[in-house]
Amino acid sequence: MLKITADKFPQMFGAINESMSLYLPVDRSDGKAEFKKWQEGDVWSDALNTERSAKDFFFPQSENLMKFKMEGKSIEVIDIRDENEDFVIFGARGCDVRSFDILDRVFLADPVDSFYKNRREHATVVSVACSRPAETCFCSSFGIDCTNPAGDVTLWREADAIYMEANTEKGDALLEKLSAFSEECDTKAVDAQKEKTAKILSKLPLKDLGTDAFGSGKTKEFFDSPLWSALSESCLGCGTCTFVCPTCQCYDIKEFNTGSEVIRYRCWDSCMYSDFTRMAHGNNRNSQVERFRQRFMHKLVYYPENNDGIFSCVGCGRCLSKCPISMNIVKVMKALGGNENA
Amino acid sequence: MQKITRETLIEKASGLISNGTVTSVLGWKRGEFDYDITPAIFETVEEITKDFVWNDFCGANFSKYLISKTSKSEGKILVFLKPCDTYSFNQLLTEHRFDREKVYAVGIPCEGMADITKIKATVNDGIVKIDADGENLLVTTLYDDDAKVIKTSDVLAERCVNCKSKKHVAFDELLGETGEVIDSDRFDEVAKIEAMTPDERFAFWQNELSKCIRCNACRDVCPACTCEKCVFDNPQSPVENKAPTNEFEEKMFHIIRAFHVAGRCTDCGECSRVCPQNIPLHLLNRKFIKDINELYGDYQAGAEEGSRAPLVDYTLDDIEPSDAVNRRDTDA
Repeated sequence: MLKITADKFPQMFGAINESMSLYLPVDRSDGKAEFKKWQEGDVWSDALNTERSAKDFFFPQSENLMKFKMEGKSIEVIDIRDENEDFVIFGARGCDVRSFDILDRVFLADPVDSFYKNRREHATVVSVACSRPAETCFCSSFGIDCTNPAGDVTLWREADAIYMEANTEKGDALLEKLSAFSEECDTKAVDAQKEKTAKILSKLPLKDLGTDAFGSGKTKEFFDSPLWSALSESCLGCGTCTFVCPTCQCYDIKEFNTGSEVIRYRCWDSCMYSDFTRMAHGNNRNSQVERFRQRFMHKLVYYPENNDGIFSCVGCGRCLSKCPISMNIVKVMKALGGNENA
Repeated sequence: MQKITRETLIEKASGLISNGTVTSVLGWKRGEFDYDITPAIFETVEEITKDFVWNDFCGANFSKYLISKTSKSEGKILVFLKPCDTYSFNQLLTEHRFDREKVYAVGIPCEGMADITKIKATVNDGIVKIDADGENLLVTTLYDDDAKVIKTSDVLAERCVNCKSKKHVAFDELLGETGEVIDSDRFDEVAKIEAMTPDERFAFWQNELSKCIRCNACRDVCPACTCEKCVFDNPQSPVENKAPTNEFEEKMFHIIRAFHVAGRCTDCGECSRVCPQNIPLHLLNRKFIKDINELYGDYQAGAEEGSRAPLVDYTLDDIEPSDAVNRRDTDA
């Protein structure tokens, strides 16, 4: 295990940034944290998590896919893909790091999404263990240990120092670059932090939220549940939950005519929107209750059915704090799952 | 702390359900925590007794829900309205957006609603309990042994700090007392932005609006945004878009929306409450309200059912457009 003391952070960030772009959580002017490309003087945020999830790094809200140019009767298709540069995501939490696995199963499955793959391959992920989880956290329901998150490097942060361990070759390579600032150390400080955090985790209000009621093969049981109607009763149909969610992966592909060429781009879509998956014959989900149901069935039943029982939620709690009407996956799981989830 | 109690509201709601005056109640439903309250329809006394809440976190404005709820149901619906909600209620009536006959409106006094974001900025993470105690909130967290005492007035939502009125302008029945229109400082923030140079102002809005994720929550919650099909959702319109393709588009969305609700926005502040990115969207609308007040005389949308807003009314002494433009040039 390696240790770097807090006074060396600026130099450390500078050293990483020399060879790769470094992104880390920085406080915005309103005090909320967002991932930002590091610049001299930027301070690593103390916030538990960023407002937007880290999925943006691999699956940005909008991106251009290709261009078309017409000359006479010929159409030229222009490939605008560039090889991505290497970059480091520094300080992602265990929940967001798990979300990358969930996105991988969608974008890296055949046919491979080359735009996503390009970014994914060039990223080194440095996760940071949680020591102060919030009441809205429920990652443990999905088997995530926030005191020992995944990633190329796992990092534990204390006020005076960070402790790091590499989990992959990429991680080794990164820590190699930091050898001038780091020193070998034992696991005492990390063990103490883990023990302290475990005590907090045992007091989290959502710690007993169970997932047993859901998963593969549960479509019939839940699809026609009379509960959807009341659960979605006051849903505004906005896209907040889907856009702050680290695992929501639906997108739309659209074209934009600049006058001289056509740009085909994709952007996040939301199953909450009235034109989501709209087809020539119209929309297959005409009411908000159907759209609302789609989102939760996807996370709790359809996704696990196609992905070895893995749920498409990481318990980050962003939807809990961001939904305008405070309706969220926890309330849905408790209502549908009955007593075993209460 | 709210002056009227949860028990009083439950008694009222249960009574009106039991005697058949209404068939359903639009109220606030208990969440996982003390602050994550969901607007809900209650149909039985049992449901009301179990889950109806009324506390310092019942900020949601119910007026817009009446459009869908009255179009679906045959029976009458009871709605509880805080003073600011009654302005939206009136404005929607003015625009013939819901069936008044199907609504039983009970006005309830409001002492201002707390903003959980402000509370979270004040205390540690991990809020497990919030109790109201007179002028204070007692906040219990996972990280403190004792509850932290916060003055409620220090964590009020911005719209409540600058509350424009404690007066109920529409109701069938009042619980408790109604108040007065308040001479608030709500235009101070707008004046600050007006005082900026054009470059500073541009930088201010660019910083704010570049945070936008186009989730449309501001539009979807807005009681003035009631188009059956929003131009931004309509594939037939040239401006339909789901994501900001560049910074200008975010500005376009918000500025077009502000223009569209100009003269109809009651300044309920729901847009800023729901914004997941904490953009002070209400300031755009307030700028329009301030301008309308200055150019055409004081006008409060929703204050009076059926009133004609200055922008859709003509009087001989209306300001000439050229004078309005000159005023802008002088100000800048």
